[in-house]
Amino acid sequence: MMNATQESAEAPVVRVEDVTLQYKTPDHLVTATYKVSFDIHRAERFVMLGPSGCGKSTILKSIAGFHPPAGGEIRLKGQPIRQPGPDRMMVFQEFDQLMPWKTVLGNVMMPMLSNGVRAAEAKERALEVIAKVNLGKFADVYPHMLSGGMKQRAAIARAMAMKPDVLLMDEPYAALDALTRRKMQDELLQLWDDIRFTLIFVTHSIEEAAIVGSRILVLTPHPGQVLAELNSPGFRHEERDGPEFGALCRRIHHMLFGDGAKQ
Amino acid sequence: MTLPVEKPLPPKRPEFERTAAAPASFGDVARPLSFGERLWNNGAFRKTLILLLLIAAWEGYGRYMAAHGNVLSFPTFTATVEALYSGIVSGVIPQRLFVTLQVLLIGYALGIFLAAVVTTVAVSTRIGTDFLSIMTAMFNPLPAIALLPVALLWFGLGTPSLVFVIVNSVLWAVALNAHTGFLAVSETLRMAGQTFGLRGLNYVLHILIPAAFPAILAGLKIGWAFAWRTLIAAELVFGVSSGRGGLGWFIFENRNLLDTASVFAGLLTVMAVGLFVEGIIFRSIEKRTVRRWGMQRG
Repeated sequence: MMNATQESAEAPVVRVEDVTLQYKTPDHLVTATYKVSFDIHRAERFVMLGPSGCGKSTILKSIAGFHPPAGGEIRLKGQPIRQPGPDRMMVFQEFDQLMPWKTVLGNVMMPMLSNGVRAAEAKERALEVIAKVNLGKFADVYPHMLSGGMKQRAAIARAMAMKPDVLLMDEPYAALDALTRRKMQDELLQLWDDIRFTLIFVTHSIEEAAIVGSRILVLTPHPGQVLAELNSPGFRHEERDGPEFGALCRRIHHMLFGDGAKQ
Repeated sequence: MTLPVEKPLPPKRPEFERTAAAPASFGDVARPLSFGERLWNNGAFRKTLILLLLIAAWEGYGRYMAAHGNVLSFPTFTATVEALYSGIVSGVIPQRLFVTLQVLLIGYALGIFLAAVVTTVAVSTRIGTDFLSIMTAMFNPLPAIALLPVALLWFGLGTPSLVFVIVNSVLWAVALNAHTGFLAVSETLRMAGQTFGLRGLNYVLHILIPAAFPAILAGLKIGWAFAWRTLIAAELVFGVSSGRGGLGWFIFENRNLLDTASVFAGLLTVMAVGLFVEGIIFRSIEKRTVRRWGMQRG
């Protein structure tokens, strides 16, 4: 189903260079990440992995354009990122990211309509993507009638319908139950297999990183610095008990917690 | 002294596995509610029942007073309805109501417009926020009637004075609620809107206003009630404005004529308009918006 990443001579879609991110609390100026650099290429499933507080979400918000770096630069297709825009659609962890005043269809159409896609075309594209995330029966339902997993599916559909250069996902399944999360991971990989979009995915779960990612960026605890970039062959859930999956997870675990930690 | 600690073990019980029976075999998974239950679940029915009880109490008390020779201070419900009917047929009440509503709508619309301006400034700048909070703290508690003498001085006896006091009572209530609503819009929704590329006015129209709609609607309701109260009170104090009195004047006039039934008819009209606006207009807006969107129970 999934091939390992091809050798790519193309320019990276996203280039992060020596990015230092800081944010203010009422009393302190906190450095979230220090001189982080990495490249993301087309059709990669790039996972940023690290313990809480390593600044992975802040990097993602910075790529989205919400958080200008204190040092360094982030470029999307060679252009520096200045503000949020529809070329980098984002899926958040929170379920309230859908507009409660719009149906699923309305939500999916909304970013297209506000970016000049004609209504008829927007509807056609929206219905197609909604069917792809298995929400076909719920297109005319308001978000408050949906379960958590369905809301996340709708949010993914909304982002995918825009055909963004990169899809940003900030721990999108963290608030879901384990069974739903597993199903959603499979669906995401299936969707990637169909469309081959570029994905940047933030998680604190090593297993999730190994399953979702094709390339895994491991960050140190606060302030976040790059520890490693690893390749994942693309595991299926059935392969979780296999030796390779265990080896990759143990390797990351050792990196993050040292040898003293128990698995 | 140590108490003996009891350490109970869970009992060993046999395991079992079952196959669930098909739901069809035991029926009645969903049972239609009985007629009485459905009737009692109907809000309109319950409210009508309360109204009927109140009317019955009113009629009873009115008759009791009349039997004791006091017809003037408390007319019966039937006498009030008769007065209302004759007032409507003669065209007096509709004409007074029209005058009142005209002034009311002008003041309400102007108040909302100014509230929108003030809220926009308050949302976009910090000094605007401070301005709103100070102005609200000062002017919101100020009774409209207390402003009337000043209004008379500035605008003279007439509609502009009434509009001025109505604007004052609408503006701060609506602006305060809307501002609170905007501040409460979740960070996630804001960021989602920004990733769509929405900025400036589009961002306010497509994200902030719908997201803050429950609070805005609450502000509009409070503003409406304030405006309506203010106007009736102002008309009562003010009397006639340029020869065309409103409902408040109708009540005042009939009190002077000791026509208590007509006074009650005027009050009833005030309540009827209030019920209509709250129960029909605002209720149907709520039904189509915040309730449908799951932002408010109901």
